[in-house]
Amino acid sequence: MALPNKPKGELAAVVDPEIVEHSCDVLIVGGGMAACGTAFEIKKWAPEGMKIILCDKAAMERSGAVAQGLSAINTYIGENAIEDYVKMVRNDLMGVVREDLIYDLGRHVDESVKLFEEWGLPVWKKAEDGSNLDGAKPAKTLREGGAPVRTGKWQIMINGESYKCVVAEPAKKALGEENILERIFIVKMLLDKNKENTIAGAVGFSTRENKVHVFKCKAALVACGGAVNIFRPRSTGEGKGRAWYPVWNAGSTYTMCAQVGATLTMMENRFTPARFKDGYGPVGAWFLLFKAKVQNGLGEFYANSPAVKEELAQFMPYGQSAVTPTCLRNHLMLNELKAGRGPIYMATDVALNAFLDAQRASGKDEKEVKKFWKHLESEAWEDFLDMSVGQAGLWAGMDIEPEKIGSEIMPTEPYMLGSHSGCCGIWTSGPNEDWVPAIDGPRSHQYKWGYNRMTTVNGLFTAGDGVGASGHKFSSGSHAEGRIVAKQMVKYCRDNAGFNPELAQTAKELADEVYAPVKLYNQFKDATTATDVNPNYVKPAGMMMRLMKATDEYGGGVATYYMTSGKLLNICLDLLRLMREDAEKMAAGDLHELMRAWENYHRIWCVETHIRHIEFRKESRYPGFYYRSDYPTCDDENWKVFVNSTFDPKTKEWKCEKVPCINIIETTPWI
Amino acid sequence: MPSYVDPSKCDGCKGGDKTACMYICPNDLMVLNVEAMRAYNQEPDACWECYSCVKICPQGAIFVRGYDDFVPLGGQVHPMRSSDSIMWTVKFRNGNVKRFKFPIRTTAEGASNDYAGQKGANLDDECLLLESNLPTPTKLA
Repeated sequence: MALPNKPKGELAAVVDPEIVEHSCDVLIVGGGMAACGTAFEIKKWAPEGMKIILCDKAAMERSGAVAQGLSAINTYIGENAIEDYVKMVRNDLMGVVREDLIYDLGRHVDESVKLFEEWGLPVWKKAEDGSNLDGAKPAKTLREGGAPVRTGKWQIMINGESYKCVVAEPAKKALGEENILERIFIVKMLLDKNKENTIAGAVGFSTRENKVHVFKCKAALVACGGAVNIFRPRSTGEGKGRAWYPVWNAGSTYTMCAQVGATLTMMENRFTPARFKDGYGPVGAWFLLFKAKVQNGLGEFYANSPAVKEELAQFMPYGQSAVTPTCLRNHLMLNELKAGRGPIYMATDVALNAFLDAQRASGKDEKEVKKFWKHLESEAWEDFLDMSVGQAGLWAGMDIEPEKIGSEIMPTEPYMLGSHSGCCGIWTSGPNEDWVPAIDGPRSHQYKWGYNRMTTVNGLFTAGDGVGASGHKFSSGSHAEGRIVAKQMVKYCRDNAGFNPELAQTAKELADEVYAPVKLYNQFKDATTATDVNPNYVKPAGMMMRLMKATDEYGGGVATYYMTSGKLLNICLDLLRLMREDAEKMAAGDLHELMRAWENYHRIWCVETHIRHIEFRKESRYPGFYYRSDYPTCDDENWKVFVNSTFDPKTKEWKCEKVPCINIIETTPWI
Repeated sequence: MPSYVDPSKCDGCKGGDKTACMYICPNDLMVLNVEAMRAYNQEPDACWECYSCVKICPQGAIFVRGYDDFVPLGGQVHPMRSSDSIMWTVKFRNGNVKRFKFPIRTTAEGASNDYAGQKGANLDDECLLLESNLPTPTKLA
């Protein structure tokens, strides 16, 4: 029968995959910046013979959020006080953060950056005459006291096209290639059969061959990034791939940890970045390095108007800071758009020409100005070419030269993450030191329980996008956090040397569960002549569109200018319950589709936690990221608290609760 | 801006068990059709356009065509990546061309120091390798 109902991919999936069982002390799930930090650091602490395995869904050389490269490192403390870093993060995230975790990150992050430079990452330097040197020019290293090119107070410029390759290389070397399994997608963490609330392993599958991998371990790190393609994107055709955050981040970190009972925190937080429209190119260097300003459709530079100052005064103390919190900057932009004063432009032309005028005013002749311009133009294009080539492609297709015309910027669809300017994630222990508050009660209320960055589940650690209530780590901070976790996992293994992990399910039962979409596909594929339309199952691609439609319309996506309400959120939760049920009926004919099925399963769970948290928090904490029409203001009196939620793997019930937020660093002055 | 493969240049990495583009794609998009001995992007609307496949292809067979839902035809951005630098050619729709070259790495490939054999001092404090005298916060609330 020449029907088209055959698997689409090149690597067909079989109903009964081979099972491979592994046993190790430490399992690292993920291969991005955080996992690379762990892989580099862990052997420095591990005793001889400790078995450590790393699984990456992709290839470490180009996996995670830094796969494409970056043009800047956004967290480098340098000459600044760590306390000021804490204050900046606290203000940008509207007051509700874990200051212990942020301070702790601040004291380790520079060492990661110095290592990157040593490994070969080109870091721009300031020359003695004040000009910028690219990272290949001879200059003192950061470790030797070289001066990086600061854009903002915390950011430094790099030539970062190969950033991830440079960081992955020593990570792979340190761990040993034989301990690194690439193209293995871990889909579930597993609890111990005998010991309560304790991690014992994980299960996943190969995207290259029909094999299910079952792991037993004493400690595990889950660091697989944030969540993308969870809200309907502004581009729904081919451009759906041009997500701002890496399109392969499927919320796996949050879902896999939540499902074994790890407490989540601040899942209501989301990040809705304002970026160059459609290409989603970075704006940081344009604002900070090139001093560009935003203009509304009337040509007004609205950001410093009296009306804006009055608006910001409603959000004290956050609105009064010299650097307006990211969500409030969005809020101001949305006010312009909603009033019909769009579109919003980044005035790249005004900014670049101001530099040239300054050169002329300082007495430079046209030849010198031309030379200066060539350098400036190159810097401007490198910003895109290092980390968002698509934006350069869009400018090429549109014949845009930034010195001649501004470009539109626009708030994107929402994303969930914990390492950039967002702070959703998992509730973890802070450092076991005296300055970290000691709190009575369950771990979900405490700030420390012995192992830094351990979740509320024994032996389960997270880092990077995984650690909640502590944003603004970015690439360097995620690496540093991975290094912190490395040492703690070794310590945990030493302290629990007698622990012998045992899984509750057999390897065969686990394999059947992981391959359920393949079994379903093969059971029912002949019920139709068109493989994607079948009453017995749903394909992952359709499931993702269903999820994105529900969140967009009811969960405060771009369709409603990020507005939602208790009523809408509860409709969204009803739809998510149905999706969670139907997710059990996702079908996959090939290995690529099996990966998509599990990614979407992770997405649905992680979005449900997001919607639950927004519903629980009866205020609008992040105006500009989302609004609740029924509680439209930021209510510090009642809601300057964490919202933590825990899924009980036995009863399958969720518990949401308020947890006090303690300031460790002085609040006067606030900034 | 999904990647696409020029069939006149792709040699399927000479029938190896995995092609360079399959090895590197962070989103598992590049696959080899064994009969045609050519690679292709199996899911263009999931392409982040990170250029990992373009940069790694030994035949220079992979290019990018702008996302058809917002990029007008005619422009193209294409890199040539060596061990220490990358050269970008930006071709505009109107025919203008700009070229940019940036450093990418200051050490030889494979030369990074992984501090093999070095051990940390005390497993029970918070210092990581190469760190000592960690600060604790001042200016407390």
